[in-house]
Amino acid sequence: MRSANAKAKAQGVPVEAILADMAGLPPPGAAPALAPTGTNGTAAAPAPAAAPAAVPAGPPEGVRTQRLLTVVQAKAIQQVKAEPTDKVNVWPHLLAIEFVALLVVTAVLIVISVVINAPLLEAANFNLTPNPSKAPWYFLGLQELLSYFDPMIAGVLIPGLIGLVGLMAIPYIDRNPSVRPADRKLAIMMFTFFLMGAATLVIIGSFFRGPGFNFTYPWSDGVFFDDLKDWLE
Amino acid sequence: MANGNGSGGNGGLKLRERFAEAGSRIRNSQTWGSIFRPGSPFRAGYSDSPRNRSYVIMNNVLYHLHPVKVKRHGVRLSYTLCLGGLSFFLFILLTITGIFLMFYYTPSAEAAYADVQALSTSVTFGGLVRNLHRWGAHFMVITVFLHMSRVFYHGAYKPPREFNWVIGVILLLLTLLLSFTGYLLPWDQLALWAVTVGGNMAGFTPVFGDQVTFALLGGVEISGATLLRFYVLHVLFLPFIIVIFMAVHFWRVRKDGGISGPL
Repeated sequence: MRSANAKAKAQGVPVEAILADMAGLPPPGAAPALAPTGTNGTAAAPAPAAAPAAVPAGPPEGVRTQRLLTVVQAKAIQQVKAEPTDKVNVWPHLLAIEFVALLVVTAVLIVISVVINAPLLEAANFNLTPNPSKAPWYFLGLQELLSYFDPMIAGVLIPGLIGLVGLMAIPYIDRNPSVRPADRKLAIMMFTFFLMGAATLVIIGSFFRGPGFNFTYPWSDGVFFDDLKDWLE
Repeated sequence: MANGNGSGGNGGLKLRERFAEAGSRIRNSQTWGSIFRPGSPFRAGYSDSPRNRSYVIMNNVLYHLHPVKVKRHGVRLSYTLCLGGLSFFLFILLTITGIFLMFYYTPSAEAAYADVQALSTSVTFGGLVRNLHRWGAHFMVITVFLHMSRVFYHGAYKPPREFNWVIGVILLLLTLLLSFTGYLLPWDQLALWAVTVGGNMAGFTPVFGDQVTFALLGGVEISGATLLRFYVLHVLFLPFIIVIFMAVHFWRVRKDGGISGPL
């Protein structure tokens, strides 16, 4: 019935004519008594079986009965093709692990918070510059670089170009499609150098820099890292 | 039931039966059934079937972040170390503790330091919550950074996930900015001079250096206006932005085909 409706709409003729055509009957104009039975659904049931016989008659020349609505490409942002993969239910397999991880981190955090107090030094005083003055620890790598390079290089080019733009550009620079570690030795080596370099600079800036931001050894000159002041005293 | 409460073990058994009966009556009530949707393990008649395992995820607004099924290698703890999920969890923890702290804190140069001091000494659990907030923030910087490293070593930024990596870098930047703006709020010597050093770095921006400093500090140097500015950035503006980026980040994880790999 639905296909008859669509066909009638496409050809611009009454539904009854199409139904009669599908059933292999003369058009309703020739036999008006048959038309009502065609619309009440009882006669529509045998229609599919009879349809192939009516196909040769078909629509008039140049009339399309199907339209292309859209083509879904496999490269769209949704992954359309479903490959057979080994999958497990998120509940309970993943949720249980996540819940335990959450509890462990909460427990560790509570223990640390009970043992070590967050630092609170004297009230802010614009007239008393502490020596050394240090940035928050995650910026101490940059502050460390500032003692080697011109501020323009250490404060802008390295964090801005390498740190932000460079990191964002990684997927567009690394065109190697493989994810196997053996195939991407150069990428892994470069990123590891970047990580180790950043970590080394932060550690030096945090623990090996004393008054005047001069190099000191934490074991002989003491630690100048106020974030852990409560714990280190 | 004619002799009322029995004595000894027999009575105990009856009491247990009565509790069980009351429990099942509550679970079968219309109210209970209206709260827990079909598939909830708390619902009466829950059984461990593949259909119900799917419903647990599909019919729950919070778990719905997850797909019903994930690739088997993805649930191995050693694959992700839960780093992305823990970053999100720490963000929620910081939001909760942060809201608590907001009740006791005034962002003005006169009151801020005294408020933080009072928080540690005269507010119940105030010191603990402040410690949780501070150490949780450091944890989050670390977990976000480690999550990024994990994603790199798995090559999980490769097509079709390139843009989600870019969003991830933006999330790292927003995490650092959130931490940095929060650093000033205690208004002690550590906060003031750390932000002075950080603000000076921003001043090295080419061409617009002075303007960047002015916009960041709300003046040519740090003052009470800076404190208010950092406070609003810290409690409202940056969380608002980061939540939007997180939503896109999580959505893209699903749309780009779920967890990456296997290697």
